[in-house]
Amino acid sequence: MLDLLVFLPVLAAVVLAALPRLSDTAARAALVAVTGVELLLALGLWVGYEPGGGVTSEIAYERELQWIPSVDSGYHVGVDGLSLPLLLLTAGIFFCCALYAWREQLRPRTFAALLLFLETTCLGVFASLDLILFFVFFDLSIVGMYFLIAGWGHGQAARSALKFFLYTFLGSLALLVGFLALFAGSDPHTFDMVKLAQDPPLQGQPLAGGLALLAIGIGLAVKTPTVPFHTWLPPAHTDAPAVGSAILAGVLLKMGTYGFVRIALPMLPDAWRTWAVVAVVVGAVGVLYGALVALAQTDLKRMIAYTSVAHMGYVLLALGAAGMLGGTDEQARTVAVTGAVTQMVSHGFITAALFLLAGVLQDRAESYDLGSYGGLFSSAPRFAGLFAVGAFASLGLPGFTGFIAEFQVLAGSLGSAPVGVIVALLGLLVTAALFLVAINRLLLGEPGRLSARVSDLRPSELAAVVPLLGLALLLGVLPRPMLDLIEPSARVVVELVSR
Amino acid sequence: MSAAPLLVLLPAAAGLALVLLGPRVDRSAAALGAAATATTLGVLLGTGRTPEVAYPFLLGLPWRLGIDGLSLALGVTVCVVTLCVLLVAPSQVAARRGRLAGFLLLFLSAVLLTLLAGDLLSLLVGWELMGAASYVLIAHEPGSRRAVDSATTALLTTRALDLGLYTAAGAALAGAGTLGFDALPGLSGWPLHLAALGVLAAALGKAAQLPVSFWLSRAMDGPSPVSALLHSAAMVAMGGYLLVRLAPLLAASGWADDAAAWTGALTAVALGVVALAQTDLKQLLAASTASQLGFVVLAAGVSGTAAGGVHLVAHASVKSLLFLLAGLWLHTVGTKELDGLRAAAWRAPAVGVLAAVGLLSLAGLPPLALWGSKDAVLAAALEHSPLLYAAGLVAAGLSAAYAGKALVVVLARPAERAPLHVPWTSWAPLVPLAVGAAALSLLALGTTGQRFEELLDAGLPPVEPVGLLVSGVLAVAVLAAMWWRGERLTAAMPVVARQWLHLEAAAHAVVVRPVLSLSAALAAFDDHVLDRGVRAAAASTGRLAGTLARADDQLLDRAVEGAAAGTVRTARASGRFDVDGVDGLVSAVAATTRRLGAQARRPQTGQLHQYYGQAAALLVAATVLLLIVR
Repeated sequence: MLDLLVFLPVLAAVVLAALPRLSDTAARAALVAVTGVELLLALGLWVGYEPGGGVTSEIAYERELQWIPSVDSGYHVGVDGLSLPLLLLTAGIFFCCALYAWREQLRPRTFAALLLFLETTCLGVFASLDLILFFVFFDLSIVGMYFLIAGWGHGQAARSALKFFLYTFLGSLALLVGFLALFAGSDPHTFDMVKLAQDPPLQGQPLAGGLALLAIGIGLAVKTPTVPFHTWLPPAHTDAPAVGSAILAGVLLKMGTYGFVRIALPMLPDAWRTWAVVAVVVGAVGVLYGALVALAQTDLKRMIAYTSVAHMGYVLLALGAAGMLGGTDEQARTVAVTGAVTQMVSHGFITAALFLLAGVLQDRAESYDLGSYGGLFSSAPRFAGLFAVGAFASLGLPGFTGFIAEFQVLAGSLGSAPVGVIVALLGLLVTAALFLVAINRLLLGEPGRLSARVSDLRPSELAAVVPLLGLALLLGVLPRPMLDLIEPSARVVVELVSR
Repeated sequence: MSAAPLLVLLPAAAGLALVLLGPRVDRSAAALGAAATATTLGVLLGTGRTPEVAYPFLLGLPWRLGIDGLSLALGVTVCVVTLCVLLVAPSQVAARRGRLAGFLLLFLSAVLLTLLAGDLLSLLVGWELMGAASYVLIAHEPGSRRAVDSATTALLTTRALDLGLYTAAGAALAGAGTLGFDALPGLSGWPLHLAALGVLAAALGKAAQLPVSFWLSRAMDGPSPVSALLHSAAMVAMGGYLLVRLAPLLAASGWADDAAAWTGALTAVALGVVALAQTDLKQLLAASTASQLGFVVLAAGVSGTAAGGVHLVAHASVKSLLFLLAGLWLHTVGTKELDGLRAAAWRAPAVGVLAAVGLLSLAGLPPLALWGSKDAVLAAALEHSPLLYAAGLVAAGLSAAYAGKALVVVLARPAERAPLHVPWTSWAPLVPLAVGAAALSLLALGTTGQRFEELLDAGLPPVEPVGLLVSGVLAVAVLAAMWWRGERLTAAMPVVARQWLHLEAAAHAVVVRPVLSLSAALAAFDDHVLDRGVRAAAASTGRLAGTLARADDQLLDRAVEGAAAGTVRTARASGRFDVDGVDGLVSAVAATTRRLGAQARRPQTGQLHQYYGQAAALLVAATVLLLIVR
């Protein structure tokens, strides 16, 4: 079933690509249908999943096929408490994006095929239990996103797409170097992620381990992105189509943070503990810096893009704190890592919804300039209401998943990294300020120059945004189903990094 | 399952429904909201005190919800005030009534969660939701830029200090592994101090104490019914409640209790002066709220749990009454400026009676509510320190002064003005609040006081007749002074007091502007340094590539071309060699062979004698050869 989940979209993409005379409506319907089936498959995986530790054992839906036996690399996939939430997130976001794209006028068939190809690569990254397989999917996702931005973007799309591609591709090369170091350091040599986590390579070799972590860390930091490797993100978001932005922020960024929790912590525990303070600093500075820079933006999409930098900072902060053993007990560190994984899911839902809403402004008035709008609460109440809900969810209001994530990160990390947490708290405040400023400028006050052009949400847009924010609310109020998945694996990660 | 979650979910569900239905329920919103509130109140009274129950939430950090005496007393107070506010609101707010009622109910739900919480996490959830609801409620008129900015100021100021609760939770988790209130006083070392500091900051922020009282002034830009709930009975009161509730933590830290007591006393005095200087009724009431909450904070600092509880309940009743009256006058007279409200009490006598009761109670006139409750606080302060008692007494005198100032204006001699038409629906819901404002001193006195002590499970300080007498006489004396000389006394109040001690300007100068400058600077840094660095790296990569390409063209390629040319030359040479040399040789061999062949043909003449000659010659040669070889 996992294989079907991963490869069904790309098969559908091939079929779509092979049928040049397919009508636009049929292509759109196919996109919605396939992503819908994917969502059902992912939910099926969840229903059949027995919460267990994962990472090194108790992996569900595992499948292992030989591929390149000479380097012990194979088609090894499986699901645990770290990957299942992200698989569900990916399937959910792609489905909502498919609904949103119902009105896509530009080459709908190619668009659908590309989106489905991208879905396979994203699901593949999260299902992979082999470094080479992971890397292949990781790089293919960059290719897919490049074409999505370049082909369906606006503004300086080609330039931004190229910047995105070159920067993240360069990052992936650093990642590959790190993977090769893990392979070379393992005994027997292997690319298998489960074996590497069970018996971590380069233990007791601080220099080699540190260099391997440096390569992997830079590779993942570019993708996440963390300060100071984030400057590809704002232009990529600004010029990407709404669906591209939603997937980029909702799914692709998670590959970076997922890599940290899945690869860096369990496979290089010695090095991670040694350099945990770097992660704490990068994370805490990212939270504050991202929020402050976002506060100064006048372009809505750039603003949301910078809040992504801030939100991903929490993940790094928590994972860094998990590596600082002095000060707190295992429970606090498990809470922090659970918060980090929750943050990935939460940010996915909320930011994808915000980017889709930002896309509505581009669609109606071709501008993201905050100063050109105003008073939308009166003229477009559904848009305004949902945007306000998304903004409050994103600033960490209790009742939404963002609070569940950030509270766990902050409370769980305080004992290990008090200064980092206090810096991040300041970021939390600035985030609140910037979203209130956005609400005030966009939705309240007098109507702006372009306000009249913003007609309210259409059914397809409503159908795409409401479920995303609804889930952020539902799981924010009743987080147990999500936390029951994540907590056992978070505990394993904490144990593994403490070895 | 206890009824505690129901108390939170019921108003939340009703509020959400009203918000989503919005304009469709504008006409019936008040009735629906009041019904939901009354039901909640019924459930609360029917449940009474219930022990704490844990419901799973986060890892090892459950929701802990229970109802103790203090939360029951305040919960009932908040429900009653909400009920009155919902019933009166339609007569004061014209626009979007469904939405207003919905968010008032959502706010009520958040307040009840705050009151029922038995741990920092549940508390934080209620706390932050209260803040967010307050933003929406203050910005109820979305077209008013001023109201929107004020709502933002209020939310950001309180949220800045709410961050203290995050640090307190983190400290408790690190120090005790649990967030339960009962575990907090048992903390030790840095977690204890950080937790106490965090709780103190968050509570002082919500209670509008110094130095952040200014947000309450800005919050007055919202509708009056909103202020009647948020800025009397609930939001600001929750700041006081938290300190009263966690007084054991403050005491355990060894310093936070004194800090609370002195901040409260200072705020009670300073904001009392500010209130006296106001010329706008709502601003006067707002400053008075901060000042009165100062008494509660002072009580928490001296472990006067019961005294703080009594004062919270009594003040809620008085101040919600007065805010609703201010709203009523704003709607009927058309102003909230004191000058414009001259003689307002006579123009609608029923309203005038309610106003007189409220203002006299606020002044601390015996035997009205705030006389008894404030004296309980003063008695608790006196047990602790005479200085605190003295400060409290000054603040009590100031409250008599500012209440007297308002009273003098609205009770001024009747002018030649037409009576106001105030339908009974606009003032009748205020009667219960007025009854409370008159009678709630009973909570601090006599047998009813004892029963309240039993409910709270905490003792009031022993009733000192002398103390009661002192504060009663003080109130009467100050009221009398205000009656005779009030206008002249208050006309000379300094501008700094009228401007709320310039606290907002200070916050802008110290916090807001530097943050905005930093934000702009960092954004410029991001664009012009970081991103330019990346672009420069890309550009230099491009230049390097160009250099390499040129090197490629000029060196490598030339070498290759040279090699190619050389190869061609070599090939040509070898071609020539091939043609002239090898092939020539072959041709030469062939020609020679041909010549030899032609010459070999010549002996074959066919003439026998020549063959014989040849054979003889050959024979001779062979013989000679043989001879030589041997």
